[in-house]
Amino acid sequence: MTAFLIRRLAGAFVVLVLVSLMSFALIWLVPGDTAAAFLDASATPEQIAKLRSALGLDKPLPLQMIEWYGRVLSGDLGQSILLNRSVADALLERLPVTLALASLALVFAVIAGVAAGIVSAVYHNRWPDQALMATALLGLSVPDFWLGLVMVLVFAVSLGWLPSGGFTPFTSDPVGWLRTVILPALTLGLVQVGFIARMARASMLETLNQDFIRTADAKGLSRLTIVLRHGLPNAMIPILTVIGIVAGALLGGTVIIEQVFSIPGIGRLIVGAIGSRDFPVLQGGLLFLAVVYLTINLIVDILYAVVDPRVRLSQ
Amino acid sequence: MTDAALSFERPSVSPTQASLKRLFRSRSFMIGAALVILMALVALFADALAPFDPLRSNARMRLTAPNETYWFGTDHFGRDILSRVMVGARISLAIGAMTVVLTGITGTIVGAVAGFFPRLDNPIMRLMDALMAFPSIVLAMVVSAVLGASLTNVVIALSIATMPHTARIVRASVLVGRELDYVDAARSVGVTEMTILFRHVLINATGPLIVRLTYVFAIAILAEAALSFVGAGPPPPTPSFGAIIAQGRDFMREAPWITIFPGLAIVICVLGLNLLGDGLRDAFDPRSKL
Repeated sequence: MTAFLIRRLAGAFVVLVLVSLMSFALIWLVPGDTAAAFLDASATPEQIAKLRSALGLDKPLPLQMIEWYGRVLSGDLGQSILLNRSVADALLERLPVTLALASLALVFAVIAGVAAGIVSAVYHNRWPDQALMATALLGLSVPDFWLGLVMVLVFAVSLGWLPSGGFTPFTSDPVGWLRTVILPALTLGLVQVGFIARMARASMLETLNQDFIRTADAKGLSRLTIVLRHGLPNAMIPILTVIGIVAGALLGGTVIIEQVFSIPGIGRLIVGAIGSRDFPVLQGGLLFLAVVYLTINLIVDILYAVVDPRVRLSQ
Repeated sequence: MTDAALSFERPSVSPTQASLKRLFRSRSFMIGAALVILMALVALFADALAPFDPLRSNARMRLTAPNETYWFGTDHFGRDILSRVMVGARISLAIGAMTVVLTGITGTIVGAVAGFFPRLDNPIMRLMDALMAFPSIVLAMVVSAVLGASLTNVVIALSIATMPHTARIVRASVLVGRELDYVDAARSVGVTEMTILFRHVLINATGPLIVRLTYVFAIAILAEAALSFVGAGPPPPTPSFGAIIAQGRDFMREAPWITIFPGLAIVICVLGLNLLGDGLRDAFDPRSKL
């Protein structure tokens, strides 16, 4: 296990170094004069020069890179041009909102997806399977932000059950919080349910075809016991990996969904920075999300190795 | 004894023929193909099919609910939504198709090089891992914003986001392909490494690559819509699906049709492509059938 942990951590470290390098390299993609691109056309050459030196763009590239690493390693992602505050502070302040939303969506997607996958596998090729898989495919084909707008239309505008947007912090009013996050979380989750359901079904089908399931059947165990006690734990291993992938998609999805429901998370910060060309926020936000994603996947992989000895022993 | 019996015995169907046979019997492939062809025809002939000029405003007809003249209603400028969706289909499908081409080329080259040259494998694949660590929609959004939102830059951004996974799939096929006996045979008769890679090894990646690119098409349409929605898509007045939805958002209460119809058009395109992809996957790679 120690060898596995060291190998996995070393791998994650290499990827992390590359990820930060790529975030840094974003600045090279800006066409023309980077400093001028931040400011509007009316900026004077002095203003541009001042910003250029503030961003460190007047230094040689290798030096810029070393400085960037030095800053990032000490947790400094630079200053937001628009907000006039530290990017790291702005991101950390919004992180709980985004994480709460993504987690709620993940819980919903996993429960619904795994349940649908089990039912589908048990009723393999019969109508419940076909109906569920058709629904799953439809779910995979719906744009999340549009689904969010339709949800607002149905549950907020027409039925008036829930607010159409906005955000109440959990600490000030837990019920109000739930009312503001339930629609966005459902929207985000629904899009991922199809993906998890398809994987859960495939994994479950494979498990249910194995000899030990036949043995369990032969010794007269009930179908429910076979599926839930003998099938599901074995099928859960591939499903775990999928959850790591879904976590990434959910982080991305949250960024978009926060726009639809006006939720003040990391997504609003990043999207706000697009319009105003607030470069440090884009760079920092992207790097920050990648780090969150890598951390989640590291945890998933370690869990995976704990559950399945084959993973930690194989090269 | 007939001539046929004397001739060299071949299996009655080649693997490719068997795959094609499975393909045409696949219900999801046929439904998917029908939906995709329908949308492609609409996109191709949008100019002829559109009942109105998608860009011309008509102040007297603003926010008209769907009726027999305006099937999908009109927006806040009185522009016909059906016409806008038709032209939008052209832009969205064009962006999807261009992304497929760019991702297909770059992903194939990167994956082939990584899979065929063991020394380059690790560095290349770590780079791909790093690219995949960014949530792809956010990566595409930021790249598009940084490059400056234009049609070309959106395609580049979407390709950067979809290429790593494609490269990984090609690499996996190349890793298997380069160990095959006929590759050793080709090498022993002096065929160059590049010819072996491009003529003999990469052919093994065709099936998985086609399946992946079908999904890339679907992903690109969804992602382009999301990009346009947050303002990182092609600039107005280009009415891509996402841009129409974004405009309709401010009129959700009084004119929900502006938002609903382009969304349904996206669903038809993406569902069609996903069905097509599932059918292709089942036909070309029966083991991976879900």
